[in-house]
Amino acid sequence: MISLGWTGRLVLIGVPFLWLTLFFLLPLLIVVKISLAESTIGIPPYTPLLVNHEGGVELHATTANFALIAGDDLYLRAYLGSLGNAAVATALCLLIGYPVAYTVARSQGARRHLLLFLVMLPFWTSFLIRVYAWIAILEPNGLLNQSLMALGLIAARLPLLNNQFSVELGLVYSYLPFMILPLYGSLSRLDRSLIEAAADLGARPLRAFLGVTLPLTLPGIVAGSLLVLIPAIGEFVIPDLLGGPDTQMIGKVLWDEFFNNRDWPVAAAVAVVLVMALAVPLLAAQRFLERGHAA
Amino acid sequence: MPSRTAGWLGVGALTLGFGFLYAPIVLLVLYSFNASRLVTVWAGFSTRWYGALFHDTAFGAAALTSLEVAAMAATLSLVLGTLAGFSMARFHRFPGRLVFGFALLAPLVVPEVILGLSLLLLFVACESWFGWPSRGMLTITVAHATFGACFVSVLVRAQLAGFDRALEEAALDLGARPWTVLTRITLPGISPALVSGWLLAFTLSLDDLVVASFVTGPSATTLPMAVFSSVRLGVSPEVNALATLFLCVVLLLVAFAGWLMARTERRRQI
Amino acid sequence: MARLDILGISKHFGAVAAVEDVSLGVERGAFYALLGPSGCGKTTLLRMIAGFETPDSGRVVIDGVDVTGLPPYARPVNMMFQSYALFPHMDVAGNIAFGLRQERMDRRRIAARVEEMLALVQMAGYARRRPHELSGGQRQRVALARALAKTPKLLLLDEPLAALDRKLRAETRLELVGIQERVGTTFLVVTHDQEEALSMANCVAVMDRGRVVQTGAPSEIYERPASRFVADFVGEVNLFEGGLTAGFNCLSLTVAGFPEPFPLPSGTQLPEGAAVALIVRPEKLVLSHAPPAGLAIAATVSSVGYLGGGSMVQLTTDQGKALKAYLPGVAADGFGRGTPVWASWPTDAGVVLIQ
Repeated sequence: MISLGWTGRLVLIGVPFLWLTLFFLLPLLIVVKISLAESTIGIPPYTPLLVNHEGGVELHATTANFALIAGDDLYLRAYLGSLGNAAVATALCLLIGYPVAYTVARSQGARRHLLLFLVMLPFWTSFLIRVYAWIAILEPNGLLNQSLMALGLIAARLPLLNNQFSVELGLVYSYLPFMILPLYGSLSRLDRSLIEAAADLGARPLRAFLGVTLPLTLPGIVAGSLLVLIPAIGEFVIPDLLGGPDTQMIGKVLWDEFFNNRDWPVAAAVAVVLVMALAVPLLAAQRFLERGHAA
Repeated sequence: MPSRTAGWLGVGALTLGFGFLYAPIVLLVLYSFNASRLVTVWAGFSTRWYGALFHDTAFGAAALTSLEVAAMAATLSLVLGTLAGFSMARFHRFPGRLVFGFALLAPLVVPEVILGLSLLLLFVACESWFGWPSRGMLTITVAHATFGACFVSVLVRAQLAGFDRALEEAALDLGARPWTVLTRITLPGISPALVSGWLLAFTLSLDDLVVASFVTGPSATTLPMAVFSSVRLGVSPEVNALATLFLCVVLLLVAFAGWLMARTERRRQI
Repeated sequence: MARLDILGISKHFGAVAAVEDVSLGVERGAFYALLGPSGCGKTTLLRMIAGFETPDSGRVVIDGVDVTGLPPYARPVNMMFQSYALFPHMDVAGNIAFGLRQERMDRRRIAARVEEMLALVQMAGYARRRPHELSGGQRQRVALARALAKTPKLLLLDEPLAALDRKLRAETRLELVGIQERVGTTFLVVTHDQEEALSMANCVAVMDRGRVVQTGAPSEIYERPASRFVADFVGEVNLFEGGLTAGFNCLSLTVAGFPEPFPLPSGTQLPEGAAVALIVRPEKLVLSHAPPAGLAIAATVSSVGYLGGGSMVQLTTDQGKALKAYLPGVAADGFGRGTPVWASWPTDAGVVLIQ
C-alpha cells in the first residue's frame, strides 16, 4: 500500500516474520543442535551443547548419532523405502488425478462447482478416520476380501493389509486431492482456443494432447507432484496404521525413535538427514510456487 | 478429442476417482448405523454407537479441547497469515524477503514429524531455560497457528493478486485515509480468502495428529489423539459415528462458506 | 472551479522519462484535453495531478495552492477512473455517498446530495442497485456522479469514453459537455482519441514522448499543427517535403519529382533554401477531371473508401506519391478506380512546417 509508513511496514512484515523465525526456523536449528548431542537420562533427555568447565565454556558435540544412522541398515532401508513409496504414490496420484482434474476442468458452471466440492469434501473430513476405514476394507475378514470371495473371484483370502500394497493405497488415497487441485488449476487456465488451433492445423486428438495440453499444464503437474512427494516421504500415520514390519518409512522410524526408544538425539539426527534429503525438492517447490505468483 | 470418447473416458475417470475417494466414507457412514461391532457382519440398523459416543467422556473432553484449540489457532493463523500475505503481495523488495518466502512455503510441504519434533524441542529448551511454557493446549495452538498461517498467507496472497487496486485509489481519491481504505475497501474485497482461510486453518488444526502428539502435554488430549489410541487398540465403532457426525458438520460449514463466496463473487463480476 | 498550473513537472521510471519538463495552465471552468498516443505520458501526468504519483521535480498548483506534496485524499481533486472502479460491495447510493461520508457530512445532507447527483447523470431510481447489475454506460454515469459528489475544484477523467461503443460515445460526449457547463467544474480529460478531444474540449494539449508539443483550441490544433507529429496524429494529412524557392509574388516549395513548385500560403516568412514541409488536409484537396488553373497535380485514383457522409479517395500522382482527398456527400461519384484526375488546393489551405 502506497502510504504505509515505516512503522506500519515494520509491523506488517515483522510480526509474521518474527513468528515464523521463532516457531519454524529456530526449531529447525535446535534440531540440528540436538542431533549433535548425546542421549542421557533426565529432563531434558539430552546433553547440553555448551558445558561450563572451570576453564571456560566447552563445546560438547558428537557425530555419534549420524554414525549410528549410517551404520545401521534399518535407516538406509527406511529412507530409500520412503522415497520409493512416495515416488510410486506420486506417479499413481498423477495417473488417477489427471483424468479426474481434466474432466472437472472441462465441465461448465454449476456442475463444475459441484465436482470441485466433491473432490475437496474428503479432504475436509478427518484424515485419520478415513485411513482407519481402509483397515476395515482391507483386512483378511474385511469387505474387499469378503466381496471377492462371495463373488467367487478368489479362493483364499488375499493379504491386502499391513504390506506394501496397503501403504501405497493409503498414500494415494490421502494425497490425491493435493494432486488434483494444482492440476485443476493449470487445466482450468488452459486456453481452449489453443487446442482448437492445433486441431485446425491437423493435429489428431492424442497429438494435440501430447503437444499442447500436457506441456502447458506442466506447472500444475510439477506443483502437484511436489505437494505429494515431499510430505509423503515423511508420512507417519499411514505406515503406522496400514503398514507392516517390512514397510518401514522414515516418518515412522523417527516417531518410534522418539516415543518408543526415547532417544531424542538419534531422532533429531534422522530428522536432519531427512530435511537435507528434501532440501532440493523443497527449494524447487519454492521456486515453482514463486514463479506462479510472478506469472 | 472426439466428444463421445472423451465423454465416456471422463465419466469413467470420475467414477473411478470418486468411487475410490468416497468408498471409505460411505462405509463409515453405513457402519455407524450397524448394530454389530464388526464390519464383517451387518446386524441391523441401530444408533447405539451414537449413544455410546455421546456418553464417552474421554471423547467428549478431547472433542472440546480440539474445538477450542482449532478456534484459537484458526484466528491466530488468520491474523498472521493475512499480515504475511499482504507483505508478500504488496512489497517486492525488503531485506530477508527470500528467507521469509521460504519460511512461508516450507511448512506447507515439510513432513509433519519434522514440524512436530522441531517445535517440541523448542518448547523443551524454553522450559529448561525459562521454566515456561508447560506443554499442553497453548503449545498445540502455537504449533497449529504456525502452519495454519502459511496456508492462509497463500490464499490471501492469491486473492490480493487479483484485487483491483484502482478501487483503493478511488477510495483515496474520494478522501479516505489509508486505514479506512484498508478496512472499508481492501479487507471486504478479499473476504473470500479470509473466510476460507479461517475455515482451512480450523480444519487442519482439528484434523492434526502428528504435530499435536509431539507438542502436547499430559493434560491435553485432542480428538485425533483420542481416535488414534482408540483405533490402535482395535476396531471401534464409536469412531464410525464420530466420522459421520464430522462429515455432517463439515458439509454444513463448507456449504455455508460456498454460499458466502458465491454471493461475493456475483458482486464482483464487473 | 479552479485554475490548475503544472510547473516544470518531470517523472522518470528507472531510465525511462515518462514526463519531461511539462508546464501547462488550465483556465477556470475549462474543458481541457490531454491528447496523445499510448506511452506519451498523459496518464502519468494525470496521476501526478491526482496524487497517485510523486513528480521527480516541478510543482502542481491548484488555485495558487501548491499541492505537490499532498496525498490524494487531501487534494480538492477527484478522478473518474477508466475502469470506473465502482466499489462492488456497495450499492450505487453507497458508492456516491462514500466521498461525502469521509467528510463527515450528516446523513440527511448526504442523502439529498446523492439524489441530486443521480438526477444530474439521469440515473434517478437506481440508488439501490449494485454495480454488477448495471451496464457499462450506467456504471460510467455512477462513476461520474461519485466523482462530482464532493464538488471538486478539478475533475480528472481518464479515457472516459474508451469502453463505450461508437453510438454511446457520441451521446456521452454531448452529455459530458452539458454536465460540465451546468456544474462549472474545471474538467481535465486524458485521451488518445483525437475525435474525443477535439469535440469535447475547448483547449487541447498534445503530448508526445513525455513532452507537450502543442497547446491551443481544437481548431488551431487541427488547422495549424505546429509539428509533423501533431499534423499526423490529429486527423489525416498529405505531406510534401522540399526546399523553399522564391516565386513571382510569393514563396514556393520545390518538391523533388514535381515539375512545378507549389505556392506557399501568404505570410510565410522563411529564408530561401530552408527545408520545409507543406501539409494539406484531405478535405482541402480539390479533384477535377480537367486541369485547373494554377497548381495542378496529375494523378490516378487508386481506391475510394465510402464513409457514409463522404468518401476518402486515395490517389497516386504520376510521380508515384500517395495522396488522400476527402470528398463530401456524393462528390466522389465521378471518380472511380483508375480515373485520371487533377488535384489542387487553395494556396492558403496548406500549412508550412519547418523540418
